[in-house]
Amino acid sequence: MFKKVVVTGIGATTPLGGDSKTTWQNLLAGKSGISTLTQEWVAKHELPVTFAGQAKTPATDVLTLQEAKRLDPSSQFALIAAREAWADAGSPEVNPERLAVDYATGIGGVWTLLDAYDVLKERGPRRVLPMTVPMLMPNGPAAAIGMDISARAGVRTAVSACASGTEAIANAFNRIRNGEVDVVVAGGSEAAIHPLPIAAFAAMQAISKRNDAPEKASRPYDIDRDGFVMGEGGGALVLESEEHALARGAKIYAEVVGASVTSDAYHITAPDPEGSAAARAMIGAIEQSGSKLTDVAHINAHATSTPVGDIAEYNALKRVFGDHLPKIAVSATKSSTGHLLGGAGAIEAIFTVLALHERTAPPTINLDNPDPAIELDVVTSPRKLEGSNILAITNSFGFGGHNAVVAFRSTN
Amino acid sequence: MALSAAEVLAGLAEIVTDETGIATDVIALDKSFTDDLDIDSISMMTIVVNAEDKFNVKIPDEEVKNLLTVGDAVNYITKAQG
Repeated sequence: MFKKVVVTGIGATTPLGGDSKTTWQNLLAGKSGISTLTQEWVAKHELPVTFAGQAKTPATDVLTLQEAKRLDPSSQFALIAAREAWADAGSPEVNPERLAVDYATGIGGVWTLLDAYDVLKERGPRRVLPMTVPMLMPNGPAAAIGMDISARAGVRTAVSACASGTEAIANAFNRIRNGEVDVVVAGGSEAAIHPLPIAAFAAMQAISKRNDAPEKASRPYDIDRDGFVMGEGGGALVLESEEHALARGAKIYAEVVGASVTSDAYHITAPDPEGSAAARAMIGAIEQSGSKLTDVAHINAHATSTPVGDIAEYNALKRVFGDHLPKIAVSATKSSTGHLLGGAGAIEAIFTVLALHERTAPPTINLDNPDPAIELDVVTSPRKLEGSNILAITNSFGFGGHNAVVAFRSTN
Repeated sequence: MALSAAEVLAGLAEIVTDETGIATDVIALDKSFTDDLDIDSISMMTIVVNAEDKFNVKIPDEEVKNLLTVGDAVNYITKAQG
């Protein structure tokens, strides 16, 4: 007998705000979290891209100095998001052996790794800090959360590039659904606004070079889109069996009703233009929910603002929804937040949950000239979602051909 | 010019506080790094490396295990400066 799974807590630190509430308010207000980078390393390396979505509230403003010193920025964001989510869930008393973490990152501790290499080159091996290994490992963020909440039923890390955060939520959902655990803190974070990832993403022509108008750079579905915009931060959701949540009288945001992970096996970075594996992920998540495709009212699309990626996802959407597609309110929230890579799926899951909870689909900004090849009902100002038992999905796709989709249903 | 033991203690206390958040005035000569200050081996190595920089001394890895108290470290550093 499968368990029902619900969301009982949310937390985030993003380019739009230092917590989930501020982030959501600024998202609904159509604000952009993207700005010009003023760090000295931008000019020093003559980077071809000079902007990104930096965390609105620096992690070091929130954590103690000693906490911050022992954590890579990716783990700092994770801990901040998880603490907010945990408090939001009412800091529940949970049997530690029934409490787990599924927390993702796309890259891991890239700042720690590269800083440590600079120290090695400039000052020798003796000066490489002993915390370097635990700080750079990609399971660092998950481990930091697990220690903070005393989770002893497993602390796991999905690493599937930009699909990581959604895959972690899918993994968490399945553990609770199968009755292995009662509560999981799930999500993902990323802190890769560093000259090397910027140079590398620019080298592959993946990121926007709209240096003269950073706030306009992330423009999914617009004819003039020229790549994604890097963002940083993290998101966390407390997922819980409905039984456990009801027993303790928890507030419930939405039900998690399905999840699916597929892979393209097509190209290491380019999406399969047919989108067949991406389509299977969407269908899989919706089928698991027991609902019909026509029950889907809202989609938080992956929509990174790359020329080929947005089209490939659209092709997959057409394949899945056919005639129903024009009836779905589609939000491309990376237009405001930028692309948090391994954290993207987590914050977009939060947006999807809040869209259902508040019956409001968030806007897509910068859609000045819609690409005529993409015929979607894109939400450009906050839109009321009518009805009950509304189904919504969030899509994430990543380099490596990863596709991850999670489906949520409204509960109130 | 070599620093006095009191000056080394003050400097070392700053390093320990910076690494651990422990209040400087708690860091006294008779305090054990592990039992009293709850400093783990990773923090201890960070403190050692920072002390080497600050006092311009070498503290070999095999010596670190003998530095059980703050006083042990202060004595070692004070002598090593000379």
